[in-house]
Amino acid sequence: MTTTYGPAAIWGAILAAGLATYAIRLSFIHLFGRVEGVPPALERLLAYVPPAVLAALVAPDFVPASATVAALADPTLVGGAAAVAAAWYTEDVLWTVGAGMAGLHLARFLL
Amino acid sequence: MDTRLAELRAGVRDTLPLLLGIVPFALVAGVAGVEAGLTPLQTVGMSMVVFAGASQLAAIDLLGRDAALGVVVLTAVVINLRMMMYSASIAPHFRALSARVRAGCAYLLTDQAYALAVARYTREDEVTRPPYYYLGVGATLWLVWQAGTVVGVAFGAGVPDAWRLDFAVPLVFLALLVPVLSDRPSVAAGLVAAAVAVVAVGLPFNAGLIAGALAGVASGIAAERLGLASGGSA
Repeated sequence: MTTTYGPAAIWGAILAAGLATYAIRLSFIHLFGRVEGVPPALERLLAYVPPAVLAALVAPDFVPASATVAALADPTLVGGAAAVAAAWYTEDVLWTVGAGMAGLHLARFLL
Repeated sequence: MDTRLAELRAGVRDTLPLLLGIVPFALVAGVAGVEAGLTPLQTVGMSMVVFAGASQLAAIDLLGRDAALGVVVLTAVVINLRMMMYSASIAPHFRALSARVRAGCAYLLTDQAYALAVARYTREDEVTRPPYYYLGVGATLWLVWQAGTVVGVAFGAGVPDAWRLDFAVPLVFLALLVPVLSDRPSVAAGLVAAAVAVVAVGLPFNAGLIAGALAGVASGIAAERLGLASGGSA
């Protein structure tokens, strides 16, 4: 899918995301001395952000088209399963993407 | 002077093995940007301005689906919130530096630069002079990230759609997700976030993503509390 946003909107989003990310990076590096560290409650919350956000991002891409066994033989799902297995064993981006792509195209070819 | 150069070099050297994971990630960022309808300049500009892979891919993915701009920015920010922990953790090692140098160092803060630098700076038996090792790591990652994005942009524009290179984006997210599901509260956070995101997928502006993330974080904290209440068996 391609975006229908114009250049101003896209550059605005890039700049806003970049500035906010920079503020996060600078936060405690800048404040050190006045603030000693992240409050414990915030630290616990931050620990669950990566699993939650990544799962929420990825889950809708791997929903079967229907609740049948046949729907599981979908190239996207086969690729996703291969990627999860590779990620589990290697914890490596390259192997994971490679396995997922191989799974997708093998399934497209065979099914 | 010698220590500085040696530290810089050590940083570059220690980063080299990581590039095997960074290069394909950067290529995907470049390819995905073009596939989502961003111009080459916008895609490379994003790598320079944001310089944080997972959040870039999420932003590109959402822009390609015409999600609300607020959701695009908010999602990128939430993904990068973890850097606040890195900032706090590395700050003591940078306290002797001028405000200007610290501001420059902050721009280069990434998962890998943090992990390598903190490991070196907390090893007390070595003479380390912040920030040279950190700069060696950060500058190497930065250069490779930008170069990888440029190559990805050039490559992505010439690849037929049948190759399904766009599928690399969710695959990278899976590669990042699986290792962080390291304990039960994290698994609970991931499962609930996934379920809510799937159920709420029809919400306008892709707000289901934010709803899923919030529900996931709350579940992780709740699971942690329950685990503690039952004697820490979880």
